[in-house]
Amino acid sequence: MKRLLTGDEAIARGAWEAGVTHASAYPGTPSTEILENIAKYEEIYAEWAPNEKVAMESAAGASMAGARSIASMKHVGVNVAADPMMTFATMRVNGGAVLVTADEPGMFSSQNEQDNRNFAKMGKMPMFEPADSQECLDMMKEAYEVSEEYGALVLMRMVTRVCHSKSLVEVGERKEVPVKPWEKDLARFVCVPANARVNRVNMEERTKKLAEYSENCKFNFAEYGDGKVGVIASGPSYYYAKEVFGEDASYLKLGFTNPLPKNLIQEFASKCETIYIIEEDDPYIEEFVRVLGIECHGKDVFPSYGEMTPNVLRKALYGEELPQVEYAKEKVIKRPPTFCAGCPHRGLFYRLGKRKDVMITGDIGCYTLAFAQPYAALDAAICMGASISMGHGAQKVYNKAGIKRKVVTVLGDSTFFHTGVNSLMNTVYNNSNTINVILDNRITGMTGHQQNPGTGYTVKGEEANMIDMETLVRAIGIKHVKVIDPNNLKEVDEAFDAFWDLDEPSVIITRYPCVLKKFSPADLEQFPGLFQTKNVVDAEKCIGCKLCQKTGCPALIFDKATKKVVINRADCVGCDVCTQVCPKNAIVKEEK
Amino acid sequence: MTKNILLSGVGGQGTITAAKMLTIGLMEAGYDVKMSEIHGMSQRGGDVVSQVRYSKEKVYSPVIDKGTADIVVSFEEMEALRCLDYLQPGGTVVVNTERIPSMTVLTGAEEYAEDVIEEIQKAVEKTHVMDASGMAKELGNVKAANVILLGALVKLMGLDDIDWEGIIRKNVKEKFVDLNLKAFQVGADAVK
Repeated sequence: MKRLLTGDEAIARGAWEAGVTHASAYPGTPSTEILENIAKYEEIYAEWAPNEKVAMESAAGASMAGARSIASMKHVGVNVAADPMMTFATMRVNGGAVLVTADEPGMFSSQNEQDNRNFAKMGKMPMFEPADSQECLDMMKEAYEVSEEYGALVLMRMVTRVCHSKSLVEVGERKEVPVKPWEKDLARFVCVPANARVNRVNMEERTKKLAEYSENCKFNFAEYGDGKVGVIASGPSYYYAKEVFGEDASYLKLGFTNPLPKNLIQEFASKCETIYIIEEDDPYIEEFVRVLGIECHGKDVFPSYGEMTPNVLRKALYGEELPQVEYAKEKVIKRPPTFCAGCPHRGLFYRLGKRKDVMITGDIGCYTLAFAQPYAALDAAICMGASISMGHGAQKVYNKAGIKRKVVTVLGDSTFFHTGVNSLMNTVYNNSNTINVILDNRITGMTGHQQNPGTGYTVKGEEANMIDMETLVRAIGIKHVKVIDPNNLKEVDEAFDAFWDLDEPSVIITRYPCVLKKFSPADLEQFPGLFQTKNVVDAEKCIGCKLCQKTGCPALIFDKATKKVVINRADCVGCDVCTQVCPKNAIVKEEK
Repeated sequence: MTKNILLSGVGGQGTITAAKMLTIGLMEAGYDVKMSEIHGMSQRGGDVVSQVRYSKEKVYSPVIDKGTADIVVSFEEMEALRCLDYLQPGGTVVVNTERIPSMTVLTGAEEYAEDVIEEIQKAVEKTHVMDASGMAKELGNVKAANVILLGALVKLMGLDDIDWEGIIRKNVKEKFVDLNLKAFQVGADAVK
C-alpha cells in the first residue's frame, strides 16, 4: 500500500520496519519530525535528550546493549554530538546504529550551512543520501543491515527538501529484531589508547570491505542516455538534474556515498563525453572524481552553496531562467517572522532594548528574533547555549579594560538545559557578573513545541520528572535569582535594576507559557486566566502616538483614516504589554 | 506532463491543510505526487508556500521551477504577488482579497501598496479575485476560506472527477464537515 509521507515520516517508518527499539534526539529543523513520528510507535522507546551529544550517547549505549538504535538531529546538532560520534564510529557496533543528520542547504532555519558528508569521510562512517521519501524508508532498512554486517555506525544524510517534502512510499511490515546478546568485551567497547589503536587498524579493513559494498549497492546505479552528457548526482540533486538535463542525458545516481564506488564512477565516466557533478553544498563527490583523474564540471559551473533546484541549475548552465510573467516586483514587501501576539518574550525585550551601556548576547530560539526592529535587543548569536558563555567572555573584557558596559545574556528553557547550564557553571566558577536571563516559556517553542527536561512530559506525552530550574541555578552557585512575569513590565525593570550593579552573577527566569503551547494541567493551574481575555482601544482616548506599536505586537494596527490604533481581535490574547505602554490608558479589556 | 500548483499564504491561514487535502485527492486518483513545503517560521507571521506537482508518469523534483506553475493560489494578496516568479506565462492566479500587514508595514518601514490586486491583474490575464474570507464568514466560519480556495483550484485545474467529498469527510473534524463541503462548492461555483 502506498502512502504520502514526508522524508522525516519515512525515516521514522523505516526505523520501525527495521526493528529499531531505541531512539533519542534533540529537536532541530528540519529533523524534529523524525523523533515525533518514531514516538508514535509503541515498539520503540523514544526520548528527547537535553542535547545532541546526549542523544548520540544514548543511542550508542543502546547499540552496545544489543538493540537497533537511532539518533536524529539537525546538521549543527552533529557538531554537538561529534565527540561521541567520532569515537563510537571507530568501534564495532553490537546492535545496528544510525545517526540521521538533517542538513540545510539554503539555511531556511539555521545559523550556518555545513555539509555533514565531511563527517562521514572524517569518521570513516558508511553513509546514505536519500533523494525522496521512498529512499528514506528503504535506505533506513538497508542501513541497519550495513551497520551490523560491517559493524559500523551509519550516517544518514538528509537535506531540508527531503525531510519536508512528501512523496509516495510503498510501506512494508516491521521486522522484529531481538536484542543481541551483550558480553563483557573490554577490547571492543573500552576506547583507551591500546584498544583505539586496534580499532584504527580495523577501520581500514572495514573501509575496504565497504568500498566493495559501495560498488554493488543497489542505491548506486547508472541510467544511460545518448552518451553525450553524464550527470553524477546524490540526494534530491538527482531529481533536480532530471528536470533540467532531460531523458537524453545519462545519470549515475549515488545513494551510498561513503566510501564512493570508484569502479562504478570510472565505468560511467568512460561512457559519457561530458561529466557534470551535481550535489548540494561541498564538492564532496567532485573531489573524489577529480582525484580519479576524470575531467568533470562541478562547482566551476554550479554554486557551492544553497539548493541545486532546477531553477538554480538552469541559471548556472544557460545563464538564464525560464520565461516568467513580468510584474511590479518593487511592490513586494518583506514578511520577516516576528514574535506572535501574546509572546511572553515581548515584554522582556521591549524593556531590555531600552537599557543603555549594555551588550546582549543571545542564543538559538524564537527569541533570536529580538535582534530585529522594533527591539534591536540582541547583539550576538552563534549556537545553542553560547549566550551565557559568550556574555561571560565579553563581560570579562569590559571589566578588565574598565569599560562600563553590562552584559546581559538571554536564552530559552530548552536551550538552557541543552548546554546553557555548562556555560552558567563557567560564569559562577570564574567569578563573572553577567545578568543571565532564562526565558522559560514552558516548552521548546521554535521547533514546534517539544517537551524538554523542564516541562514535566516525555515525547510520548507521558508524565516525567521535571527539573526545577530555579533549584538547579541556585545549586550551581547563583545567589541572585528572580522569577518574574515577563508580561509585567514593572517586574522586568525592577529585576534588571536590582541586579545591574552587582559584582556577582545573577539569573532572571521569566516564566510564562508560549502562546501557541497546548497548555498542560500544570500550566492552567499555575497561570490562571491564561490568554483568555481580549483588549480593545478606546478610540476616544487614543491620540495615535503609536507608542504601543513599539512593542512590536502584530495585533496592533494603525488605521490611517482615523489616525488611531486598532487591535486585531482575532490575534489579541490580552497579554497587556501594550496596555502598560499606552500613555493615555486607552487600551482596556474588552467587556464580556 | 507534470502539472504544477503553488499555494501561498501567511502562517495560520490554512494553506498547509488545503495542500494536504489536495495531495491526498491526487494520490487517490492515481497520480504520482510530490509536495514541498517551507514552513519553518510559519507560526510566527512568516509566509508559507506549498508546492504540489503531479503527473500520471513519474514526478522528479518536489519543487516547482520558476516560470512553470500552472496555477498560483494565494490566500493573501501580497503573497500572490510575491509568487508570480513561479507562474508560467499564460498561467492562472486565484487570489483571496485578504491583506495581512507584515511587521515591516506595522513599524512603518515599508508600505503595503493599495493596488496589489490591480498589479496582479495587469501581469496575469487569467486572474480570479475572490473574497474567500468574506464568503467563509457568510458560511459561518472564516477558517473555511482555505477550502473555498481549494474548491476554486480543483475546478480550474479540471480535477472535479476526484471524490473530494470523501476526502473532506476524512480530513476535517466531524462538526466541520458540512461547513467545508459547502465551502468547497462555493469556491468551485465562484470560478465557473
